[in-house]
Amino acid sequence: MRILVCVKRVPAPGARIVLTNDSLAIDTKNLGFTTSPHEECAVEAAIQLVEQHGGEVTVMTLGAGEADEQLRYAISVGAHKAVLISNDALAAGTDADPIATARALTEAIADLEAGGGSFDLLLFGNESADSGGFQVGVRVARALGRPIVNGIKGIEIIGDSLTARRECVEGYEVYQLTMPAVLGVKEGINLPRYATLPGRLKSKKAEVLQRNTTTDAGAVDTTSLATPVEQTVNTIVLGHGPEAAVAVVDLLVELGLA
Amino acid sequence: MSGTVLVVIEHDRGTLDEVSWQAIGLAQECSANAIHAVVIGDDAAQLAGLIPGVSTTHHARHDALSDYAPEAWGDVIAQLSSHIGATAIVATGTDRGNEVLAHAAAALDAVFVSNVVAYRPSTDTGPAELTRVRWGGSLLEHATVAPGFSIMSAAPHAFAAAETNNEYGQIVEFTPTLSDTAPRTRVADRITLASGITLQTAPVVVSGGRGVGSAEGFATLEALADLLGGAVGCSRVVTNQGWRPHSDQVGQTGKRVAPELYIACGISGAIQHWIGMQAAQRILAINLDKDAPMVTKGDYAVIGDLHEILPAIIAELQRRR
Amino acid sequence: MSDQPTTAKVVVIGAGIVGNSVVGHLAELGWRNIVQIDKGPLPNPGGSTGHASNFIFPVDHNKEMCALTADSQRQYIEMGVNTTCGGIEIARKPERLEEFRRRMTSAKSWGIDSRLLTAAEVKAMVPFINEEIILGGFYTPSVSCVDSLRAGTIFRERAMALEALIVVPNVEVEAIETVDGNVVAVVTDQGRIDCEYVVIACGVWSPRMAEMAGATIPLTPAVHQMIDVGPIPVLEATGNEIGYPIVRDMDTFCYERQSGGSMEVGSYAHRPIFMTADEIPSIKASRLSPTELPFTAEDFDQQLEEALELMPEILETAEMKYAINGLLSLTPDGFPLLGETVEVKKLWSAAAVWIKEGPGAGRMIAEWMTHGAPEIDPHQSDIARFYKYARNDHHVRERCAEHFNKTYGIVHPREQWASERGIRTAPYHARTEALGAFYFQAGGWERPHWYESNADLVEHYGIEEREHEWDARWWSPIQNAEHLHMREHVAMIDLAPFVVFDINGAGAFEYLQHLTVNSVDVTIGRSVYTPLLDVNGGFRSDLTIMRLGANAFRVVTGAFDGPRDAFWFRKHLPTDGSVVFTDNTSACATIGVWGPKARALVETLTHDDVSHVGLPYGSTKEVLFGSVAVRLFRISYVGELGFEIYVPMEHALHIWDAISAAGQAFDIRPVGAGVYGTTGRIEKGYRLMGAELESEYTPVEAGLARPKVKAADFIGKTAYLAAREAGPAAILCTLTVENQVSPRDGIKRYMTGSEPILTLDGERIVDSKGRPSYVTTAGAGPSVGKYLLLAYLPLELAVVGTDLKVMYMNELYPVKVAVAGSTPLFDPADERMKV
Repeated sequence: MRILVCVKRVPAPGARIVLTNDSLAIDTKNLGFTTSPHEECAVEAAIQLVEQHGGEVTVMTLGAGEADEQLRYAISVGAHKAVLISNDALAAGTDADPIATARALTEAIADLEAGGGSFDLLLFGNESADSGGFQVGVRVARALGRPIVNGIKGIEIIGDSLTARRECVEGYEVYQLTMPAVLGVKEGINLPRYATLPGRLKSKKAEVLQRNTTTDAGAVDTTSLATPVEQTVNTIVLGHGPEAAVAVVDLLVELGLA
Repeated sequence: MSGTVLVVIEHDRGTLDEVSWQAIGLAQECSANAIHAVVIGDDAAQLAGLIPGVSTTHHARHDALSDYAPEAWGDVIAQLSSHIGATAIVATGTDRGNEVLAHAAAALDAVFVSNVVAYRPSTDTGPAELTRVRWGGSLLEHATVAPGFSIMSAAPHAFAAAETNNEYGQIVEFTPTLSDTAPRTRVADRITLASGITLQTAPVVVSGGRGVGSAEGFATLEALADLLGGAVGCSRVVTNQGWRPHSDQVGQTGKRVAPELYIACGISGAIQHWIGMQAAQRILAINLDKDAPMVTKGDYAVIGDLHEILPAIIAELQRRR
Repeated sequence: MSDQPTTAKVVVIGAGIVGNSVVGHLAELGWRNIVQIDKGPLPNPGGSTGHASNFIFPVDHNKEMCALTADSQRQYIEMGVNTTCGGIEIARKPERLEEFRRRMTSAKSWGIDSRLLTAAEVKAMVPFINEEIILGGFYTPSVSCVDSLRAGTIFRERAMALEALIVVPNVEVEAIETVDGNVVAVVTDQGRIDCEYVVIACGVWSPRMAEMAGATIPLTPAVHQMIDVGPIPVLEATGNEIGYPIVRDMDTFCYERQSGGSMEVGSYAHRPIFMTADEIPSIKASRLSPTELPFTAEDFDQQLEEALELMPEILETAEMKYAINGLLSLTPDGFPLLGETVEVKKLWSAAAVWIKEGPGAGRMIAEWMTHGAPEIDPHQSDIARFYKYARNDHHVRERCAEHFNKTYGIVHPREQWASERGIRTAPYHARTEALGAFYFQAGGWERPHWYESNADLVEHYGIEEREHEWDARWWSPIQNAEHLHMREHVAMIDLAPFVVFDINGAGAFEYLQHLTVNSVDVTIGRSVYTPLLDVNGGFRSDLTIMRLGANAFRVVTGAFDGPRDAFWFRKHLPTDGSVVFTDNTSACATIGVWGPKARALVETLTHDDVSHVGLPYGSTKEVLFGSVAVRLFRISYVGELGFEIYVPMEHALHIWDAISAAGQAFDIRPVGAGVYGTTGRIEKGYRLMGAELESEYTPVEAGLARPKVKAADFIGKTAYLAAREAGPAAILCTLTVENQVSPRDGIKRYMTGSEPILTLDGERIVDSKGRPSYVTTAGAGPSVGKYLLLAYLPLELAVVGTDLKVMYMNELYPVKVAVAGSTPLFDPADERMKV
């Protein structure tokens, strides 16, 4: 089976996000970059499916040239092919608006399928870690006329039939789809593997297909970014060490919990 | 913004999700002439009359709408919006809320802005301004939006439920035109997990972080949770170490919990985690580091080694029984 | 809710291994009211200690580093946090095997058990290694892994148990205040702490702290890449944190260290990546910790390939679970930065220390602060060792960029730096350059070591080449030829790097008397050669003082000791202004003229009386060379008649030319520092600070004790009197190498220094104070026809004619004691100098 996974390169911040002086971007000077976590799991899910059913995994991203790093990482853990869609604006660090992103991905998928046959499954992350738009996968699926379900934490494939699980309060909702289909995957579906040494070295030599696209400015214009003000509270220290147990149980009783 | 704002009301097989009231709160910020609501599916019939603060509630009915179906719901919303000439569509930014709005936006080829926490409609002199949260709540984005039709989700807990004076609007039925394929993503089945107490329903969550040190270390947390009728949670580090399954993970990429008491054992309190448990009514931090964010942001704290403190609490609980 | 005290005796900034060790040792030595602060939480505040690989390889060529490491390992063992696992350095290239023989030699010198392994023996100890690509190994059984965080906690707990310490984590230092050059307070975001002393022990952040006080700690935070690869079943099966020896893949500059079920692979092979202290992210802005920066994978790919090649069996399938660009501290010369800062009194640096030296460095600092001197000689780590040009980011980065990749490199003991050259030159530099000078750097100065223009002398004197490339490296036969020419005719030597202090003022005489062992109460125009001691009676310095007036003195010391000596002199200046200290090094050039024809030559340059009567040995006077007043000082470090000529910098070129021109009639040759510093000196048995003279030896042992002790009190006098009373435990001797031919390959070999002197059975020689006998200086004695070694020997062996062995490159060579004590081997009665 042929699976395409769309991934996004995002910074890996610490406990506090540091902004650039103009407050228009995250200061990434001291930050590494990673694949957005849901998508990292989507890559792992795709690799596991191909390991079970045979086939190949293609990863694709839209972004600056540096996103090559995330594509190669996917290859280092077992993906087979990679496609980088970029242009000057993206290279300059402009985040593409979701509509433009979806359009560029849709076009790329159509071209890839025209050349190499249809993908049985397209995987997206449920939402990107950085911008959290919750929509690119849906827009692509709709444009391609394929079914999509988000929030997926389990995938099973038998023949053309795909069973996907999504968490809910009581347990899981189950969806039955016919491939070709699209899923928005959530972290927790698996624990992504790390690259092996040979995997890393192989990924260095892999070919990444380059595509160009146009991305116009979206309807939403960011004027500034800010970090939320941390609320301070007066913490009541119940005690130090095991001697505090009495006070803790007093509290539990007071709250009606014990 | 003049015109009509359409609010999507969430429910699961006829059980209303009250987070939807927050979407009505956002709708009220839109300075609209009218606020309409939509409930979708036959099983929502009894809900249609229960939506406060709106002038009209549309009840969308169709054979295909027998259970939640994101693609079909998106089609319904898009069609209804066009039908009533809505100038905006809003929902609360839950998994479902964001999902169906994305579908509606795709169907209408319209802009969708997720997780809005503040909104100011456009004026004669300037465009609409909004603030939305990114990075799971750790970053605020201030933005302007081009004039015109817009679709927005309200970030959970960002807007107060609407003040409504128990006014309910008229109910209007709406029958969408759905293609044969629209219900193809409908919920086909459900799996109910056996566990009586879940992380999301437990009154007490005993949660462990890096400080627990090992998978075995969680035995004491489980013992305490058992005594309190609670559930055990954990931080992302713990899941990544393989000490607990991801289903126990609380945080931005795990579960969001709102217990009466959240006992954080050896959890420093990184934003990633905080997002998942900030809705707890009270927080008790047990930590070696008196300056850990979990301690300074929590309601109560015990400073010390959790491996000594938890057994002492268990012993004290047992003594008092 | 601040728990931060408002006063302290000493504030220690930093709770990594060094800061913790400092507070532990200070408390043990009786200090109370110690406040330790850190910006991070405990026990891991986020500095370099937190991500260190925590292993200790005890063998180092350098004595001081070996001693610090040995002391640290002893402390880790005592605290129960040392796990001995053994360590193997492996060779992929033939030259590394030669380096291992050299390491065997150093291990013998410093008393560490090590042995050479064949590739098969390596394989037997590390079964997953690919023995086909390695040539052999150097195995040290005592290599260990330590728990440096736990050790830090123990240090703090011990200090707290003594009620000596308050620890305040999570505070940010905002200012360090000084008054009149003394530190007086540390201001944090929690308030102000008035204090008497401050110790900066915060690793990569140290430069920023120092800057707050107006001081400098010249280090740069640098990246050391490390990955953690696992799980690996064969490692998991050990059930231990470490069950296999640590492997250092020396020729790829990498190490492989088991950590539980994984393997840590670290590298010093990647490009040097530096930051500044200000660029290090805050704790909150860091994904992992401030010193665990995002891994830059492309810098590590080469190392991945090499690691795979070395351990394919276990590394093929394991996953890279953790990868960091870890920050550590690098200094211009690779040594730590310990001691009181030169700029601010009572502000101490305990920086640029790695895990393997942490506890030892802490003890050194604590002893130094308590007693005024540490037990282990600190001269190589002393933060006062840098000239101003070396105490800035530019110099630090240039040098660190050069030596980072030499962390596992094979560095020749005479090797010269390639960076930061040509920054300090004599006014006649163009002349020496035209003469084909080969420059070594001395205190930043470009100093000719030999001159290609003297190549003709090699044949004339029949000097033999050195057959072995290692021995011939950074050496030329011209040096020996220059030596013989000087002894036969006359030589001029560029001594511009000489460090010159002028000390004047009403209190000058008493001030100097307080510092020197030998009395400066000499006639005006005479001089005194004297040791300066630390409070323990060990050598702090040795130097020459000319008395130019009742209260006017000129102090001359060596280029390598200048900054430390300047610090010492300044530190002891009276506060009443009665002594004026002026460093005239940059104002004054020195040219040496020595050889049998030296006086005859100088007489052609001046009308003043420079005869043995007009200018007796050891005396000085100003004379005119034409219109230029120069100061002649009749002294010699090479054992010949002659003068040091002190010239104002602006006249130096002119005087160089004048000497050179007048010298033609006497067959004068320019002669390099190879003669001045080694061959000429060693034939005369003259001692050198930092080689023969260091704080672990006394003037009695160095043969520099005079018959009488001056009445005036001086620093170290009590200890010095005790040392005289006790007599020497060892005596500095001159030894001759009786046969230099290698038993292994028949090639004649030449020691370089630091090699062990052994009994005829090849056993180590250790004196009653536990000090080993090793070569302090090695060099040719062209005039005595022997290769010479200086070494301290226990009394019973310090007997002329005693036959012993020296180890060189793991082979033994016969040596014989030629002189016990300070009598020169060449011209024992000093007749050539004193005519």
